[in-house]
Amino acid sequence: MTTPPVAVTDAAGRRPYCPADLAVVLNPAHYADGTVLDLAGPLVAGEIVLDQVVPAQAPWSAVVRAGQVLTIVDVGGNQSGDCLLYSAEDTGERYSVPDTISWSGNAYVRTGTVLRSNYGNALATVVANEIDRQDTIGGACGKESNTLRYGYHTTAEHGCRENFLAEAAKYGMGARDVVSNLNWFMNVPIEADGTLGIVDGISGPGKRVAFRAEMDILVLVSNCPQMNNPCNGLNPTPLRMIITAAEGRSRA
Amino acid sequence: MVTPSAQHETDTVGAARADARAQAGRVAEAMPYLPASSTPFPPPGVDAGLLVWAETVAAGGYTHKVLARGSRIRLEDVTGEACAHVLLYNAVEPWERLNVADTMKIPWQAYLGTGHPLLSGEGRVLATVVADDSGRNDALCGTSTAAANRAKYGDSAPQGPSPSGRELFILAAAKHGLTPRDLPPSISFFKGVRVRADGGLEFTGSAGPGRAVELVAELPLIVLIANVPHPIDPRPGYVSGLLRVHAWRSAPTGPGGRYWDAAPEAHRAYLNTTDYADARGV
Repeated sequence: MTTPPVAVTDAAGRRPYCPADLAVVLNPAHYADGTVLDLAGPLVAGEIVLDQVVPAQAPWSAVVRAGQVLTIVDVGGNQSGDCLLYSAEDTGERYSVPDTISWSGNAYVRTGTVLRSNYGNALATVVANEIDRQDTIGGACGKESNTLRYGYHTTAEHGCRENFLAEAAKYGMGARDVVSNLNWFMNVPIEADGTLGIVDGISGPGKRVAFRAEMDILVLVSNCPQMNNPCNGLNPTPLRMIITAAEGRSRA
Repeated sequence: MVTPSAQHETDTVGAARADARAQAGRVAEAMPYLPASSTPFPPPGVDAGLLVWAETVAAGGYTHKVLARGSRIRLEDVTGEACAHVLLYNAVEPWERLNVADTMKIPWQAYLGTGHPLLSGEGRVLATVVADDSGRNDALCGTSTAAANRAKYGDSAPQGPSPSGRELFILAAAKHGLTPRDLPPSISFFKGVRVRADGGLEFTGSAGPGRAVELVAELPLIVLIANVPHPIDPRPGYVSGLLRVHAWRSAPTGPGGRYWDAAPEAHRAYLNTTDYADARGV
């Protein structure tokens, strides 16, 4: 019996770049039984400037120029993409959970939410979103916090904080630059009495979110490796990152 | 109006020195009290000899202190209009600092109250909330920025009528060698926020005058405090009030302590904290 060949292109015939072998990264046999992988495509029109697949558990970064739109595709479904944004010109200006929440008046991130910096400035705006709400309360997992949440037996596991620190180091940044973050495709309800936690996801294979850069921004993503809670459906899968040119403009 | 210069004789160095020295001993509404044991507002039940910090912080003002592990900090909202925005750092390794996401996520609770561990990103407890008769606290909205205060009040400068929390934190941090990059999201006490089912924020305001929150330092701490209006306070004016701060020598959370094993996540956080403190010798 032969297995069908692994599709390494999307429905439009586009083949994203991947730092690992795409035929391996997109092979459902490498994930939990029943995994469906859907590369989908950009959520907005415009010339594609960058198109990459981030393997499960890996970090990623890119500069998104003002006006460009970054689409993030949840290829395997319910895969948390932990995300931090920085002004590309001055990384001292960076994504701020409280400024985003205070200015928007809402604890969840949805279409239209302005992602604000610690200066209160607009770094990006969510222009399209295919799930009910996105999270910015739940923060990032990490080796140390895993010991609190699950026990000392998890210490050998990799976390988003480690991905962020490794990726931030490429830009001369360190621990003080890694702050509380966004979690694309992660579900963190806050109940009336303040109880909150990561629960089963509300995303699915091929679901997308897209945000437009309001200034040149450096985007760091950790494709979350967590294996102790449902933020990845206990099945870390790839993410696809597609940058499209600013509306009405060709490749910047 | 009397011009200030008419009240001072400062035409020679000797006169200027005498004039300067004559100013000592004046009392202001907002000021520190040194030694701390001389505070006119001793916290009830506390041996004044144990006090290490006594201060009244101005409305729109800030303060900061390095405190030993085991210090107990009392913040009091004198008028009901204070809002104490707080940042905490491990004084030994200040890149370890308050992490609001872990502070909410790990105890499975977004709202701060008695027993809540204030966590760093390093899996340790910086401080524990050990008393709170306000219940109007917030870990979601952070503090105000220059952009927000200029939009809302027309000005944000520290020397102006409506300083932003971030600009005051920049000054407080600088006095400990920390830079604006070292300012993570902060928490605040004495003004409440609740999250509705749709995620919308509801400002619940103050619990009234005289309310107090107490924290125990679980590590040696750099404490930064900015006393400015809450960022989503809907009132159009810059409403702020005096904040009273005291700290005294006490004990960190340890085996047998009320919060040591009250919850499994916090228990391991205290284990990590004491492990660090023991190894480090602090």
